[in-house]
Amino acid sequence: MTNETDLPRWEVFTQIKPGANYMHAGTIHASDKKMALQNARDTYTRRGEGTSIWVVPSDAIVASNPDDKEMFFDPSNDKIYRLPTFYVMPEGAKAI
Amino acid sequence: MTEQQALFKYCVRLGDNALIQSYRLAEWCSNAPMLEEDLALTNMALDMTGRAQMLLQYAGSISGEGQTSDDLAYRRSEPEYRNNLISELPDNDFAFVMVKQMFTSTFEYFLYLALMESSDKTLAAIAAKSVKEARYHMAHTSDWVVRLGDGTGESNRRAQEAVNALWPYTGELFETDDVDRLLQEKGVAANLEQIQIWWRQYVIETIPAAKLELPSDDYQHTGGRIGVHTEYLGHILSEMQYLQRAYPDAKW
Repeated sequence: MTNETDLPRWEVFTQIKPGANYMHAGTIHASDKKMALQNARDTYTRRGEGTSIWVVPSDAIVASNPDDKEMFFDPSNDKIYRLPTFYVMPEGAKAI
Repeated sequence: MTEQQALFKYCVRLGDNALIQSYRLAEWCSNAPMLEEDLALTNMALDMTGRAQMLLQYAGSISGEGQTSDDLAYRRSEPEYRNNLISELPDNDFAFVMVKQMFTSTFEYFLYLALMESSDKTLAAIAAKSVKEARYHMAHTSDWVVRLGDGTGESNRRAQEAVNALWPYTGELFETDDVDRLLQEKGVAANLEQIQIWWRQYVIETIPAAKLELPSDDYQHTGGRIGVHTEYLGHILSEMQYLQRAYPDAKW
């Protein structure tokens, strides 16, 4: 649901602890960077979920087209030798 | 007045300010112009409920009468409340709540910053927690005041109306009475004259940055310190205290 008065959308990423990957938390509306950070804070980090926040304008995200799903992802599905579990552990190798 | 009685009154005053602000902010739940701001305002309300709870609990523990924070919140009548009048004014407009919270949160930021140095350990601990909250409230509302004042003709008009209507209620924040004087001597209370200087410095930079004008310092409302309130506090309490008044000691 959108209407003309809606502010631009921003994607919110939060980091649970220092060094951890930033995880997508959701989407908020805001008119500028500062407001985006504050709205992200108020919407997604009020129960101790975060130590740091990234906000990214939604239109800066380049997404793959669902129609390209087969071209993008199918080729990897039948090549089990891409997975480490395909390989047998050499005897005597301990620290792999 | 003993130091203990003064400390009780001081904590009740700070607690009442938090409680009544919390009530007004909570009224924005589902009424803010956007979902994100709905959450921002109710988050502030929750911060203030927590602060009121700590301060009233502490007040009850030093009164010698053993009141709980609930006793103090729900079983005092209007003239026993000691909040500043500004916190009970109804918000008829989003610009109004933002200007009001900018004025009061800026006051609270400097107040609790000073109270971190209080010789009273409990008060200093509550201040250390509150100052972080107040700093965010101050930043969030100041940004909105600038956004609205420097926005459209309509948003500027509404923000200016709010500044004009609220300005005569800001002087009361800094009123010093016997409670303040006694506790300041002991290093417990904050020096409100100093806080007023910091507050004014911040506000006289923020208001022009928002393309708004500062009203003149003519008439200032007063009364909160002695329990003389606007017509609005009674309505707040009749709703807030309904359950405890109708069903004392109700539990669920």
